[in-house]
Amino acid sequence: MNIIVCLKQVPDTDSQIKVAPDGNSIVTDDVKWVMNPYDEFGVEEALQIKEKMGGEVTVIGLGPKRVTESIRTALAMGADKGILINDPALENSDALATGRALAAAIKGLDYDLIFTGQRGVDDDMGLVGATLAEFLDIPQLSIIVKAEISEDGKSVKVNRAVEGQTLVIESSLPAVITTQKGLNEPRYASLPGIMKAKKKPLEEKTLADLGLDPSQVGEGARKLKIMELTPPPQRETGKIIEGETPEEKAAELVRLLHEEAKLI
Amino acid sequence: MAEGVMTIAEQRDGEIRKISYELVSEGRRMADSLGQGVTALLLGADIKENASTLGHYGADKVLVADDPRLKTYTTDAYVSVIAELVKANDPAILLLGASVEGKDLAARLSARLETGMAQDCITFSLEDGNLVAIRPIYAGKAYAKVTFSDSTPQIATARPNVLTLNEPDTSRSAEIIDAQFTLDDSILKTKVVDVLRDESGKVDLTEADKIVSGGRGMKGPENYNILEELAEAIGASVGASRSAVDAGWRPHTDQVGQTGKVVSPTLYIACGISGAIQHLAGMSTSKVIVAINKDPDAPIFQRADYGIVEDLFKVVPSLTEEIKKIM
Repeated sequence: MNIIVCLKQVPDTDSQIKVAPDGNSIVTDDVKWVMNPYDEFGVEEALQIKEKMGGEVTVIGLGPKRVTESIRTALAMGADKGILINDPALENSDALATGRALAAAIKGLDYDLIFTGQRGVDDDMGLVGATLAEFLDIPQLSIIVKAEISEDGKSVKVNRAVEGQTLVIESSLPAVITTQKGLNEPRYASLPGIMKAKKKPLEEKTLADLGLDPSQVGEGARKLKIMELTPPPQRETGKIIEGETPEEKAAELVRLLHEEAKLI
Repeated sequence: MAEGVMTIAEQRDGEIRKISYELVSEGRRMADSLGQGVTALLLGADIKENASTLGHYGADKVLVADDPRLKTYTTDAYVSVIAELVKANDPAILLLGASVEGKDLAARLSARLETGMAQDCITFSLEDGNLVAIRPIYAGKAYAKVTFSDSTPQIATARPNVLTLNEPDTSRSAEIIDAQFTLDDSILKTKVVDVLRDESGKVDLTEADKIVSGGRGMKGPENYNILEELAEAIGASVGASRSAVDAGWRPHTDQVGQTGKVVSPTLYIACGISGAIQHLAGMSTSKVIVAINKDPDAPIFQRADYGIVEDLFKVVPSLTEEIKKIM
């Protein structure tokens, strides 16, 4: 079973996000870049399947050179090889262009299953998995909390958490699975893992290597245009409820929710 | 030229979901300012008789795609049918719900139709007849104002609970039309083999009108009963912070925050939650926020409309008692 995991590098979720003076991007000076948390579930799941069924796990990242660190993290966890798609023309690509570049890199590979995170915790679009699946003409299974590969490796049974229920879905392989929290507990890279990762193959590819034209990607090809970024609206300062006892405070809160906010 | 607004209605077990009416309501407002029409598209099995309510909220037409293979959502079947009907009807704007189903569908449709898509929007406007949307990014740590290049339809998904619902007008009726489509079995690669229902009857956090949420201050899973009791008294769903979920106290499906669910209830009561930035990101579009925490310096108080600095174990049970008195 050969598995591909696509990963994105994003600002750590503890980061403050500040809008840059251009009004169109964020300040990245103090940002700590990490592997997208949802992608960690993809790496872990791929490794568990490989441990059971054999095969190879390939990690593909897209972005500038710094993304290499996240690919190395996945290699240190146990993935076998990495590919970084790095081309200045890709900067500011939207999800359609990103999916196109990833699909181009994957097309020539031998694969049975692809994992992506259900969304990047930066732009929160949740589009790349679907785009990739469309361009590869294979099924997508999104927001997955459990995956079982059939013994013959030809199909997969997944649990998909939707509002208030879980759908159990069977799909042929290859397919794209987008991962949701609950799928597994990602392992930490061990020290020997980190040492080994340094020697694992990590290949860099440009658009030309993928047979893509710069006009198909980047800012110019965006189908969704960002007009401006703003900080979220400030909430008005609320009131701290005073009272002699917890009971008094609780009663006052209920009065306010009832009479002022009219919510109960 | 592309014209009009199309909305995708969502149904479960044949019952139309609230988000579908929110979309038709918003679509109506857009269509009125464009001087165009609203078509709702409803997919399912034996659902035609349920289609008329979409007219009460503002749809001019309801296109019904009725087929046993469309009973439960699957990406391949729904995308195939909807892409065909979108091409035939050529709407300028296509609205879906930012539910698990709607987000999955919108993403694949956007790729199939090679057109722009804005996920999980909270506000819409029209500028020179073009759709402009505001969508939180970084789970709400920043807001992006977005618009579309000239390809149509302009696809957007709307966060549940944020669009204003029109008053239903039962004297208003939509034209109900049987949609003509082809669905070839050979393209169906996925199949729903089982549905595991949540028997608790709890409303999912993303759709809940009220949420009572507990964090590390709950001290252990056994103490959540006091939150369950409060939730029951006000008709809320119970959520949790990441630390409570990571400690194994609550299931992953209960997590509110940047790596969990992003929620927009009218009332959010945070109990024993300090307010880590990734949690605040996931609930800051709540209309009214209440914080109960014994640490007066907890960041959650800066976002709260009402704060109580107190031991939650003393306040929450009294709160439930007081509420029962007035309900």
